[in-house]
Amino acid sequence: MAIRYHDNPFGKHKPGGPKGRVVIVEDGCKGCGFCVEYCPNDVLVLSSRYNVKGYHPPEVVHPDKCVNCGFCRMICPEFAIYTVAIEPETV
Amino acid sequence: MSVIDELQQAVKNSPRQSPGDEHPMSNFLRMDRIPHIWCPTCGIGTTVNCFAQALERCSIPLDDVAVVSGIGCTGRVAGYVKTDSFHTTHGRAIPFATGLRLGNPKLKVVVFSGDGDLFSIGGNHFNHAARRNLDMTVICVNNFNYAMTGGQVAPTSPTDSVLTTSPYGNFETPFNLPFLAESVGATFVARWTALHIHRVTESMIKALMKPGFSFIEIIAPCPTIFERKNKFGDGLDRLKFYHDNSEIIHGAPTKDVDIGLRNKIIVGEFVDIERPTFIESMNAYLKRRLGSDYDIYEG
Repeated sequence: MAIRYHDNPFGKHKPGGPKGRVVIVEDGCKGCGFCVEYCPNDVLVLSSRYNVKGYHPPEVVHPDKCVNCGFCRMICPEFAIYTVAIEPETV
Repeated sequence: MSVIDELQQAVKNSPRQSPGDEHPMSNFLRMDRIPHIWCPTCGIGTTVNCFAQALERCSIPLDDVAVVSGIGCTGRVAGYVKTDSFHTTHGRAIPFATGLRLGNPKLKVVVFSGDGDLFSIGGNHFNHAARRNLDMTVICVNNFNYAMTGGQVAPTSPTDSVLTTSPYGNFETPFNLPFLAESVGATFVARWTALHIHRVTESMIKALMKPGFSFIEIIAPCPTIFERKNKFGDGLDRLKFYHDNSEIIHGAPTKDVDIGLRNKIIVGEFVDIERPTFIESMNAYLKRRLGSDYDIYEG
């Protein structure tokens, strides 16, 4: 079996890709579902809760899957969701 | 817990502030005016996101940008952005932008308006601004109807579309906006849908950086009127329709890119040519005619 060098270079931990944290401004959401549909890693689902305007805001179900691509921020017509980069842990 | 109880709970907990950092768009948007008036699943907010991203990536200072809007749903953009902005009378966004541009040629002038405002009421101004090749960027959010006034037939409504004033279907031939823009002399013409976020941003950057008249048409869903009356579902269904039915052909002949009600939508960057702008040709011509008596106009 071939050795995969990039899995464990120099015995250190494998450096991860970018990580993000999703921030949802719940009261600004109008429940359109664009972010839920177009999140490439399926981080979000529409919750069954209501926000102040009676819409269902999205909810983060897989926070560790977010790669901070920012697509949810770009497609959100309400400016109600964004991602913040998480600094990678130092090895 | 009943729905009423849940809503009351939501009102009690409001405002639920986002934890930690402030919104990355807060230096571009007047956040005190958000939430905006656009309907749920409307595509205009997405185009504003793209515009903000384009400005950020061009690193143009916000003091050097002026956004001019007309009347209509898209006309509200001027009120939500934190640049110098002006909300003009119906159809007169381009005349105002012309004056702004000629008065201060160092300003980046962006006209952000809808299809009804730019091509019906303001159609004549569009033609002449493009003919003169004024250095401005025109972003037209096309939702195929006059949405703010209740969904009347607009010059871009596709044939067969059912709208408030065409209950049996529209029999008129719509404008083909890229063809119109190219034929009157625009130097950069692109069309995208509200789903092509990164491509819209790239085109906006090109348009902002290009001297001359650049025109970008962005097809956006209008869930309340156009999609509802024509049984397209809501905005999310419409985005899926764009995903399945849009075909990217860069440099396609613009006369072939007209839009049918349920046909394929051809998107892409169609025209990218060089022409002397209005101020350049004015300076060159008058310098040639008047010689040393003429001072080059630079604002």
